[in-house]
Amino acid sequence: MTAVKRFRRRAAPWLNLTAAIIIVLVLLSPLYWAAVTSLKTQNQAYATPAALLPPTPNFHAYAHVVQTQGHALLTSLLIAFGTAILTLIIATPAAYALAHFRFRITGVVILGMLAAQMVPTIVIGTSLYKTYTHTGLLNSYPGLILADSTYAVPFAILVLRAFLIGIPTELLEAAAIDGAGELRRFFRVIIPLSKPGLLSVTLFAFLFAWGDFLFALTLTTTSAIVPVTLSIYSYLGVSIQNWPLVMAASLFAAVPAAVFLVVVQRVVKGGLVSTGLKG
Amino acid sequence: MGFTLPGEDIAQRAKAGKKRPVAPRSFYRARTTGAGGHKARRRRLLVRSLFLLPAVLYLLALFLYPIIYNVFISVQRYSAVSFIQNSGQFNGLVNYRAVVNSASPTIGHVLINTLLFVGVSLVFQYGIGLALAVFFSRRFPANAFLRSLILIPWLLPPVVSGTILTFMFDTQSGLINRVLTGTGLVSHPVDWLSSPHMALVTVIIASIWIGIPFNMVLLYGGYQEIPRQLFEAARVDGAGPFRTFRYIAFPMLRNVSSVVVLLGIIYTLKAFDQIYVMTGGGPANGTQVLSTWSYVLSFTNLNFGQGAAVGNMLMAVSLVCALIYVRLYGRAGTLS
Repeated sequence: MTAVKRFRRRAAPWLNLTAAIIIVLVLLSPLYWAAVTSLKTQNQAYATPAALLPPTPNFHAYAHVVQTQGHALLTSLLIAFGTAILTLIIATPAAYALAHFRFRITGVVILGMLAAQMVPTIVIGTSLYKTYTHTGLLNSYPGLILADSTYAVPFAILVLRAFLIGIPTELLEAAAIDGAGELRRFFRVIIPLSKPGLLSVTLFAFLFAWGDFLFALTLTTTSAIVPVTLSIYSYLGVSIQNWPLVMAASLFAAVPAAVFLVVVQRVVKGGLVSTGLKG
Repeated sequence: MGFTLPGEDIAQRAKAGKKRPVAPRSFYRARTTGAGGHKARRRRLLVRSLFLLPAVLYLLALFLYPIIYNVFISVQRYSAVSFIQNSGQFNGLVNYRAVVNSASPTIGHVLINTLLFVGVSLVFQYGIGLALAVFFSRRFPANAFLRSLILIPWLLPPVVSGTILTFMFDTQSGLINRVLTGTGLVSHPVDWLSSPHMALVTVIIASIWIGIPFNMVLLYGGYQEIPRQLFEAARVDGAGPFRTFRYIAFPMLRNVSSVVVLLGIIYTLKAFDQIYVMTGGGPANGTQVLSTWSYVLSFTNLNFGQGAAVGNMLMAVSLVCALIYVRLYGRAGTLS
C-alpha cells in the first residue's frame, strides 16, 4: 500500500510531463506538418503513405520563397516597425498622463480605449477606404501604418497605464524637487523606468501589424504595396497545388512570432501573463 | 520670480516642518489646482494636456469618426462610381431593408452562422483552455517551457494559421483525412472545406485552435492567484480533485472567466482573416458571418451602403458586449 503510494508520488511528475508533451504535440501538429511539408518535394508531399519526416530534406521551397516573398517580407517589416513606433509615440505620453495626472476626462478616455478595442476591423476598414481614396493615403505606407496602429494603440495605452501606475509618485516628486519640469520628468524618470513595459508593448504592436490582413486587403488596390499576409493569400490562390511552397511561405511569415516568444520569455519574467492581452 | 519653480511649493511646505509635504497621490493634484499663480497653473494644465492630446485626437479620428462615417455610408445609395466620386445619395433605410431581405445569403443564415461560430468556438476554447490551465498548474519538469510552446498558435498571423489549417483539412492531401482514412475511421475522405455544412465545422475547429492559448494564459494567471490555503483546507476536509475544482477553483475564477469569455466573444465576432483565407465565406455562403459578409458586400460587390449596414449590425452586437465588458472591467479591474 505505502509502496504503491510512494511510487505514485514519485511517478506523478513524469506522468504529467508525458501527458503535457502529448498535449503540446497534438496542439502543435499543424505546425509540425507544415514544417515537414515545406521540406518535401511536391511529389513527396502527395505521396501515400505520407512520410512523417521529410525523406530527403530540401530547401528548394525556402529558396523560392526568399526569392519571391523577400520583397513582401521587407514591406511587412517596414509597416510593422512604423506601426510600433507610431504606437509608442501616441501611447506612452497618454498612458503616463492617464496614470499620473487627473483630468476631468480621464475616465472617459479610459472607457474610450476599452470600447475602441471592440470596434470591428471591417467597420474601420470600410470608412478608412473611403477616406483614404480622397486623401491619397490609399496604397501608401503611412496609410497602412496608421490603420494598423488601431490594433495596438488602445491596447498599448491600457497596458502601459497599468504598468506606469506602479511607478511610485515619490520618484516624480523627488525629480520635481530637483527642478525637473514635466518633460524632463517624463523623459528622464518615466521612460527609463518603464523599459520592460515599453518593450512588450512595442513587440505586440509589431506583431499585430505583421499579422494584419484586413487592412492590407481593403486599403491597397494596386500591387504597389504587398505585405506578407496578402502575399501568402495570393499564393494560396495561385499555387494551391504546390503545398511545400505555400507552407514554406507561411512558416517564413511566422518567424516574428517565434522571435517574439523568445524575447518576451527572456525579458518579461513571468511571461506573457503580466503583459496583458492580445487584441 | 514670476513663476514657481517646479516643486518649490513642496519644498517650502517641507521646510515649514511638515514631515510629509503632501500625500503621495495628491501631489499631482496639488500641482494642478493648488499653489502657483493662476497663469502658472494654466500653463501646467496646458503642458499636461499635451501628453494626452495626441491619444484623444487619435481616438476621435480612428475610432469615433469611422463609426459615425460608417453609419453615414449605410444610409446612402452607392454605385461603384458614386463611391469613388464621393457623391452617394441619401436613401434612408433602403440598404438595411435590402440586407434584411437578401435572398442569398439570407440574413437569418448569416446570423445563425455567426452565432454558431462564436458560441461553439467559445465553449470549446474556454473549456479546453480551462482544463489546460488547471493541468499546467501541477508541478512537473519543463512546465514553463511547454506552456510557452502552447502560445505559438495564438501569436501566428491569422492568415498563416488559416493557410496551414487549410492544408491540414485538404480533402486529398490533408493530414486529417490521411489519418482518418489510414486508420479506417472513415471510408471516404471527408469534405472538410468543400461541403457547406462541414466548412462551418472546420472554420470553428480552426477558431478553437487559435483561441485555446488566449483562454489558457488568462485562466492560468487567474488560477495562480487563488490562495493555496483554500486548496489545502479542501484537502483536509476530504474533498477530491473534482470537488476542489467545482467548489473552490471554479467559483474563484469567476471574474477572470467572465472577462475571458466576453473578450472571446468580441474577438471571435470580429474574426475575419482566418475565415476569409480558409473559405472566403463559402462554399455557398456556408461560412458567411457578419464580418465576411460586410466585406463581400462592400469590396466584392462594391455595394458599400449594404456592406456598411451589415458592418453596423456587427458593431451593434459588439457594442452590447462592450458595455457588459466595461462594467465588468470596472468592477473586477483585474486585467492589464
